Amino acid sequence: MKTLSDKLLGGKQGVLGLALLALLIMVILPLGLDIFRLNLVGKYLTYAFVALSLVLLWGNGGILSLGQGMFFGLGGYCMAMFLKLEASDPISTKIQTTPGIPDFMDWNQLTALPWFWEPFKSLPFTILAILIVPTIFAYIIGFAMFKRRVGGVYFAIITQAIALILSILIVGQQGYTGGVNGITDLKTMLGWDIRTDSAKYILYYVNALLLFGCIFLSRYILTSKFGMLLLAMRDKEERVRFSGYDVSDFKIFTFCVAAMISAIGGAMFTLQVGFMSPSFVGIVPSIEMVIFAAVGGRMSLIGAVYGTLLVNYGKTVFSETYPELWLFLMGGLFIAVVMFFPDGLAGIYQKHARKIPFLKRWVAEEKQKQTDAHASHGKVGTKLGAEA
Amino acid sequence: MSNTDFILAIEDLTVSFDGFKAVDKLNLYVDKNELRVVIGPNGAGKTTVLDLICGKTKSTSGSIKFKNKELTKLAEHEIVRAGVGRKFQTPSIYENLTVYQNLEVSYPRGRSVWGSLLFKRSDDVMARVYKVAEEILLKDLLDMEAALLSHGQKQWLEIGMLLMQEPELLMLDEPVAGMSAKERDQTAELLNRICQNRSVIVIEHDMEFVKKIAHKVTVLHQGKILAEGSMDKVQADEKVIEVYLGH
Ligand SMILES: Nc1ncnc2c1ncn2[C@@H]1O[C@H](COP(=O)(O)OP(=O)(O)OP(=O)(O)O)[C@@H](O)[C@H]1O
Ligand SMILES: [Mg+2]
Repeated sequence: MKTLSDKLLGGKQGVLGLALLALLIMVILPLGLDIFRLNLVGKYLTYAFVALSLVLLWGNGGILSLGQGMFFGLGGYCMAMFLKLEASDPISTKIQTTPGIPDFMDWNQLTALPWFWEPFKSLPFTILAILIVPTIFAYIIGFAMFKRRVGGVYFAIITQAIALILSILIVGQQGYTGGVNGITDLKTMLGWDIRTDSAKYILYYVNALLLFGCIFLSRYILTSKFGMLLLAMRDKEERVRFSGYDVSDFKIFTFCVAAMISAIGGAMFTLQVGFMSPSFVGIVPSIEMVIFAAVGGRMSLIGAVYGTLLVNYGKTVFSETYPELWLFLMGGLFIAVVMFFPDGLAGIYQKHARKIPFLKRWVAEEKQKQTDAHASHGKVGTKLGAEA
Repeated sequence: MSNTDFILAIEDLTVSFDGFKAVDKLNLYVDKNELRVVIGPNGAGKTTVLDLICGKTKSTSGSIKFKNKELTKLAEHEIVRAGVGRKFQTPSIYENLTVYQNLEVSYPRGRSVWGSLLFKRSDDVMARVYKVAEEILLKDLLDMEAALLSHGQKQWLEIGMLLMQEPELLMLDEPVAGMSAKERDQTAELLNRICQNRSVIVIEHDMEFVKKIAHKVTVLHQGKILAEGSMDKVQADEKVIEVYLGH
């Protein structure tokens, strides 16, 4: 029987993968990189939340969302609203026509804080909003789509359209959202300056811990009966429905969890990078995130993190030298991965890790144990049968 | 209609697809613990009748009562939970999961989102999986990925997945299609065992097989009942010979 620790860690193979990733993120990168580059890695790791959410939703659930950027953005904007309000106290904004409101509102002739900005003066409310606003949004979309059995390509296109609409809305409503520039000049959180090197180190580690938290959460979901049902639904949705399950409920829930995980990434992005803008909400970022997950391996939670880091590293290197080529390269990479390595990096790793002798033995032992368990039960069954 | 002792009572059931009546004013009654076989030429509407009962297709008119409960207004999963299980014509199993997982995931506990998240693989679940696996002759293949099973074994697995739910009415669409002669015999024995305490509706073309299992046979033709009764009676029926058995 599976224990809770087994479920969270995913057995021996899972422990090894997690330990390696933790070593890389918690020790090797912080020791090997200066704070500027580490902060960059921290930024990439916030995308990994979204890639992770896509492993749940797309890899395991078979539901492709091409609009995860909207949840990343919603989380990021919630965080940014809080930080912006703190940066807009009446003293530092005294040269404005209306002191005490964010600068972009003043430029757009707003004379009072809009009502929906008010509650973001409170940090506890903001944290709740980061978690709940995107989730409710996902619930509404999910309910409307999945109860009507909209799925597959249609769902992908609709999520893409919604992400586009949201980004256009944010750009259009300059006075309320900061428009195309986004919400910038974020300085402190409850008086703590987030721009200093020490703050960046702390935020990097907070981000890393949250990422592992989300990996554990996803692992728990995937190793439970829920996870098995997700795989079953991806394969034979009708069979699941005619086994007494309300398939749409499971899809809605998965979509909501994926939204929440993405939103945490967005909030951490705002904290570490110091701004949030609509360029992280629309179609392009949403599709980029899908590529991260695909490169890492859409079935692998840990692979998603590596995929995100690798593609972004490539992006940084290439876009400095050949900025105009990068998009083509990325498109090519996506096609290549889908065609030749459908299981991404994780697939390649698993294929070759099996050949390393001590790993092979280690994992085989565990498999054997499982088989033994079933076999012994079988024997008990026959013995009872013979007695009877 | 008043309450009856039938486990399933279908009355005046009609479904029309763009004016084409695939099932036409059908009346069908199935007793408790009965094994009913439905036969008929291709396109007679056999599969459609099962689709209507399990809610996959919505009827145009008529009523379907299961234990005196109207099914036509219920959602698919509600019909299953009421006690109706259905096997599809092409084996429908989860290819990526193992035999064990296929059975476990069909266990009727933890059917809600939260229930499935908190579901525990307790001893009674395992015991049930082993018992059903033994019944469907897959006891030694529990760890095998379902995709690797033979066609016949896949059919058994799907039956097993239904047995996990202990349905009171089990509906099987061509369960021996693609099976060897030996597998057919084993399936006949299996069906004779499992209909001890439940009602079963089987759709089948293989007359040898039908003879081995049927309590009563219904012949469907163009969405209507052509004949009904014991195997011998139906086989001797002139109309049946003309449209179906004669070929
Ligand atoms: N959803 C649908 N839309 C339109 N026509 C349909 C639909 N489902 C079934 N039909 C038609 O209804 C008729 C009955 O089909 P059904 O599948 O019930 O036959 P069957 O008796 O199961 O045949 P077989 O022995 O070949 O499985 C066929 O003519 C079929 O084309
Ligand atoms: Mg049919």
